[in-house]
Amino acid sequence: MTITKNKLVTVTVLAVGCAIVFAAIEPKSRVARADVNPKVIEITAKKFEFTPSEITIRKGEPVILRLSSTDRVHGFMSKPLKVDTDIAAGKPTEVQVTPDTAGDFTIICDHYCGIGHGNMKMKVLVVE
Amino acid sequence: MATKIDRRSLLRVTGTALGIGALYSVFPSLTRNAGAEVIARSLFDINGEAPAPFSFIQLSDTHVGFNGPPDPLGTKAFESAVATINGLKDRPELVIVTGDLTHDADSSDEHAKRFRLFKEISAKIGAAQIKVVPGENDAALDGGDMFREFMGPTHYSFDHRGVHFIALDNVSSGRPAVGAEQLAWMKNDLARFPKTAPIIVFTHRPLFDLKPEWEWFTSDGDDVMNVLAPYENVTVLYGHIHRENFHQTGKTKLYAARSLIFAFPDPATTPTKKPMPFDKAQPFKNLGIRRVTGNATGNDLQIEEVELSTAQYSGAVGIDQMLKHGDADAKDE
Repeated sequence: MTITKNKLVTVTVLAVGCAIVFAAIEPKSRVARADVNPKVIEITAKKFEFTPSEITIRKGEPVILRLSSTDRVHGFMSKPLKVDTDIAAGKPTEVQVTPDTAGDFTIICDHYCGIGHGNMKMKVLVVE
Repeated sequence: MATKIDRRSLLRVTGTALGIGALYSVFPSLTRNAGAEVIARSLFDINGEAPAPFSFIQLSDTHVGFNGPPDPLGTKAFESAVATINGLKDRPELVIVTGDLTHDADSSDEHAKRFRLFKEISAKIGAAQIKVVPGENDAALDGGDMFREFMGPTHYSFDHRGVHFIALDNVSSGRPAVGAEQLAWMKNDLARFPKTAPIIVFTHRPLFDLKPEWEWFTSDGDDVMNVLAPYENVTVLYGHIHRENFHQTGKTKLYAARSLIFAFPDPATTPTKKPMPFDKAQPFKNLGIRRVTGNATGNDLQIEEVELSTAQYSGAVGIDQMLKHGDADAKDE
């Protein structure tokens, strides 16, 4: 059986095309797999602190922050990390964060909770 | 040090802030504007007053009830500000206070006491109307109930000599937000004015992202600025950050006033939001008046910082005595 030049070209183009498509899809698949079971980090809020006061997460890797308050409503806000929610007492709140930049970030309580509110914050270290 | 600000607006605000607040002289440059007569007539038709020269004072963040290491003198800077205002040759017709009149307290009884003391001290300001907005210390824990009881509504508007003032509440929801309802009210309130009307908005928090991680922002500040954007002569005065700041968004100019309790540092120079330490040798350092002057035809304004008077405390010796013995107004919380 002979293979014509045209057929050879067609097969080659298809093979290259498939490789390109596979390469393009593969990273998304990896992200999708990571999305299925992102790491969960528990964070507790109370006047006037978050516990833990510092967490480390990886750039590009989604994590679920499971937030709870033991006293009253608190805020949980960081513009660079694109997170902004209230944490109601006794009602856990979950937010997903996928940092796109490495560095040190501060999350603050932006729901006024009394004297000392201004010092209620925590650190998020995003590593490569 | 003098700072030049180019101002080409119908409304000229020749004063800004500080420590004790800001002294503003408002005089529309009607004679330099071809359409000004029409605008003046229009404003007269709308609110019964054509624009006319006047001056006013901005005070901010008096934090009545606070008495701690960054300011062991409590209300002394506020009282000195009142004395300074009363000593002005030309008494201001209007005093606005941009929030945190009181320092928050653990008990509502103590907080009420602080509101009463604020009213007692501010009542000594001679012959001026006093208009206030709440800060989070005043109103964020109870939705503004106590503020309304002592001071009146948390947001409102009024006209004074042809200038439209809007008092905006961006604290009483507990969050740094104005909210959809107040935004709709503001839009409706402004609808009757021509785009050239002189407008002054006063509020507590900055309406832009000045330093969000220090809580120097309003979450829906962009929405407020969008409502204001079509208007050509808008000035926003605010407090909260305990230091001066100037920022411009489109044609809207935003000025922060110093506080009357303690200063915060420049966030560009330090990573930590921490009050600047009390200096016995200069107890009102960073708490002073900024006087702004200009000529009637020019656009370049000179801004001059004026310290609060410390004469009654006789420098560091007087301060030492006060810290040692206290007095009726300088007690611990």
